[in-house]
Amino acid sequence: MTENTVAAISTPKGEGAISVIRISGEDAIKIADKCFMPLGSKKLSDLSGYSAAYGKAVKGDGARIDEAVALVFRAPKSYTGEDVVEISVHGGAVSARECLKAVFEAGALPAGAGEFTKRAFLNGKIDLSEAESVMEIIGAKNEAALSLAECAREGKIGRDIEKITERLLYTAASLAAYSDFPDEDIEGLDEESFTSMLSECENKLVRLLSTFESGQAVLAGVPTAIVGKPNVGKSTLMNMLSREERSIVTEHAGTTRDIVETQVNVGTVTLILSDTAGIHDTDNEVEHIGVDRAVKKLKTSSLVLALFDMSRPLDAEDKKVIDLCKGKKCIAVLNKSDLPLKADVSAFRDFNTVTVSAKNSEGMDELSAKIEEICGAGSLTGSDTVLINERQYSCALRAQKAISEAKEALISGITLDAVTVLIDDAVNALSELSGKRASESVIDEVFKNFCIGK
Amino acid sequence: MIKTYDAGEYDVAVIGGGHAGVEAALAASRIGCKTVMFTISLDWVGNMPCNPSIGGTAKGHLVRELDALGGEMGRAADANTLQSRMLNRGKGPAVYSLRAQIDRRAYSGYMKNAVETQKGLDVKQAEIVSIERQDENWCLYTRLGAKFTAKCAVIATGTFLGGRVYIGEVNYESGPDGNFPATELAKSLKKLNLPLRRFKTGTPARVAKDSIDFSLLEVQEGDEKTEPFSYRTKNPIENKVVCHIGYTNDDTKKIILDNLHRSPLYSGVIEGVGPRYCPSIEDKVVRFADKKRHQMFVEPCGENTEEMYLQGMSSSLPEEVQIAFYRTMKGLENVKVMRNAYAIEYDCIDPTALLPSLEIKTQPGLYGAGQFNGSSGYEEAAAQGLIAGINAARKAQGQEPIILSRTGSYIGTLIDDLVTKGCMDPYRMMTSRSEYRLILRQDNADERLMPIGHQIGLIDEKTYEEMKKRTALKEEEIKRVKSVFLSPGEALNELLISKGTAPVNTGVNLADLIRRPQISYKDLAPFDKARPILDDTVCEKVEIEIKYEGYIERQLKQVDEMKRLESRKIPKDIDYNSISGLRIEAKEKLNKIRPDSIGRASQVSGVSPADISVLLVYLSSK
Repeated sequence: MTENTVAAISTPKGEGAISVIRISGEDAIKIADKCFMPLGSKKLSDLSGYSAAYGKAVKGDGARIDEAVALVFRAPKSYTGEDVVEISVHGGAVSARECLKAVFEAGALPAGAGEFTKRAFLNGKIDLSEAESVMEIIGAKNEAALSLAECAREGKIGRDIEKITERLLYTAASLAAYSDFPDEDIEGLDEESFTSMLSECENKLVRLLSTFESGQAVLAGVPTAIVGKPNVGKSTLMNMLSREERSIVTEHAGTTRDIVETQVNVGTVTLILSDTAGIHDTDNEVEHIGVDRAVKKLKTSSLVLALFDMSRPLDAEDKKVIDLCKGKKCIAVLNKSDLPLKADVSAFRDFNTVTVSAKNSEGMDELSAKIEEICGAGSLTGSDTVLINERQYSCALRAQKAISEAKEALISGITLDAVTVLIDDAVNALSELSGKRASESVIDEVFKNFCIGK
Repeated sequence: MIKTYDAGEYDVAVIGGGHAGVEAALAASRIGCKTVMFTISLDWVGNMPCNPSIGGTAKGHLVRELDALGGEMGRAADANTLQSRMLNRGKGPAVYSLRAQIDRRAYSGYMKNAVETQKGLDVKQAEIVSIERQDENWCLYTRLGAKFTAKCAVIATGTFLGGRVYIGEVNYESGPDGNFPATELAKSLKKLNLPLRRFKTGTPARVAKDSIDFSLLEVQEGDEKTEPFSYRTKNPIENKVVCHIGYTNDDTKKIILDNLHRSPLYSGVIEGVGPRYCPSIEDKVVRFADKKRHQMFVEPCGENTEEMYLQGMSSSLPEEVQIAFYRTMKGLENVKVMRNAYAIEYDCIDPTALLPSLEIKTQPGLYGAGQFNGSSGYEEAAAQGLIAGINAARKAQGQEPIILSRTGSYIGTLIDDLVTKGCMDPYRMMTSRSEYRLILRQDNADERLMPIGHQIGLIDEKTYEEMKKRTALKEEEIKRVKSVFLSPGEALNELLISKGTAPVNTGVNLADLIRRPQISYKDLAPFDKARPILDDTVCEKVEIEIKYEGYIERQLKQVDEMKRLESRKIPKDIDYNSISGLRIEAKEKLNKIRPDSIGRASQVSGVSPADISVLLVYLSSK
């Protein structure tokens, strides 16, 4: 159990200067080498303990995720007492999640609740007296995870996974009956329908896997920028969104930048809201920095709320904002509906629009509905469900890989016994995902569906 | 209360002379324990009250494993085989399974002789009516008042314990095949507070050979090239008989359905739980109503008997209904029933009350094996009998028990399933029950288990050395094959194309070619000039281990992981209730099963991976 290499994001969710992905276990350095490309010639595996390397975090195909610093700790001199690599990337959920995903794909398993601490304890790195509290933590998380699994089972994800599992189970059972009861006239599956069934299951899983990121956004919050030229009512909107939902979780002013961030819940969606400096041309050096940051924020956010003053004709600065928003997930918030309309509405024909009066708090319901429509779980991929955590992601990925291998094996013409072992693996991974135990399911299915007996 | 007398002291006493009892008694005495085996009838030692065959899917694996550990069943089967078939050829080496039709009376005679002539083993025809603990020993009383004292005892009572036979509206106390049942022992076991329950099984009719029109049935021949079960069998196995296949039809179905109310299963008279995999024909007709026909095999019961066994046709309908529906089938129009089909209900234990050594948790020195433990099948029984016998003997000798892992054998899987997962109906072994089936093959049972058989003293030096030699030859050959490169050529490419696989343009590694599913090790002999002459069994192993290398490695990793978990022992006196962080369900399940290792704990249903984490942390803090 503790011999696996595990990984997780070790910094708290939300905005910070950096995020740290911690990898711990026997293969930590080997895995990190696949996800971190150093600037220098030395790979992480060439480094001694307590060393740092600068470079970039990369995906399996070598694509850059973010610039990064990697710290190498060698057992037993690390927090957990095992080989540990900590990869620091820029703050914000996206880079860290991408990086973690790459780490999973390179072979690490998701760290369970309290896992690093547990390992630290098992390896004698923390005091025995802390054992009880560690167990309490794991235990509590365990209950929470179970109730989550319970919810998921009620919900769509459970049903979707169940559907895939059922098909795999039925197939596994058919093959088991075919192999275990050769004297009965049970037909083997014909290869074609078998392959197409596997493809179908695989495709469903691939689609499900692609929802992970969106799912994370729903859970961890959608990075959202409020942009616009100066004095269009950005701060008013920000305050209103915050006030309207009395569920502010955290609020902290950026200390080194002029961006204010607030986490707000809009219906089922959590927004990590950034108020930015007004975008305009300026010669003032300090202002210029603020504008640059605002533009950068706009580009890196998942959702943009672009604010426009509709009581005046649109000017060059408004048009610049419109241009910057093209291709982004964006809602054009047409403000000052309390005043006569002077702006040309047709400029927003490519955008989702909501008309509001920030001053009079009008149109806020419409805005909320629009945000939910665009970012809510239901909108993510149509009827698809969403994987909500790394554990689910890693299980689904394991299942998908096993099915893909099973398909390959089948096509190569290898005997069915090898194929069934891979299908078993997929079923086990999916059962783990939905919190069930698979061990007896195939057998039960055999007896339910096949008339067998001596 | 009848007058009792002291009949002797033993190390190990075995109650029952069926497949479990025989193996237990032979193993215990061969290990050097003074042993006594009781049977209700000496004429029925090693009897096959159901199908006259041994082996089959996963069961063939069990027999090979049993043999590698020094059990008797493989040799006995080989010596009395009527027809031999390797099932599932073409479906992959993990599921190849040897199955043999057996001369039932000859087999029983062989086993009777084996126990009679075994040094250190006394065989006694007697019904044990009570068993009780006295000081450190177990006292067994026969119906006639003989008191036997033993350090350890094995219960292998099969369907005799509280046996009751059902045929239509008729039912009566009885053992299998018209034997006396063991009626008193169950009461004595209940006094020990053992969790007993009722299971049920059934058997079809035996019919007269000359009343069957074989010309209307399909013939099933044995394999041209046969293999023995036992690594110690040197004589070739000959096919002496053929089997036949027939089918039920709409008329059969109609008669069964019309008389369903007369079946004790459907009228609710039987309370015992029957096996799911071995349904009676009335069960099949009801549960699989849309199936047009059901298959029936006609198997001879022996060379010198007219009795034929109708596999697939077990029933507890009244005798006249049985005769009527058998006669609806093609080829059986005039069939004469010699022994009727019947269902039999019996007492057995909830196997979660057992330790992995098969010792009953609450009763030190008392072991269970076979149907008593909730399993079904001769092979499952024999496998447990061997382990129970070995461990009873080792306990009597003051040694630690032998516990087989589910990562290393089907026998280990069988026992682990029974004692950690329990069973709700009679348990039958299946290849799909083993998650490590690409490793636990019937072809390598010798490599896997002979070292253990040798270590406990049941495998002789010569047999052990032969295995080591075979293994060395195999490994050498695999190494050689991996180092040989074939140059491309017309003849080679002709072969590759004819087998439906791509030709080669450059030199190619021999092992890589063998990995192609379409190509066999033998196919390449003409191109492999330096190939040594090897036994067929060695060649087979070489081919399997090269062809499936990737899959085998994958499974070996899983095995290593499981072994690590198994090596983390849980202290016997652990108090689960005091462990904070464990969920209540996990506490309850762990308290009931009391697994001996983290690996086993992870198999218990209702215990989550997080619970295992909590346990690990707890154990490390102790």
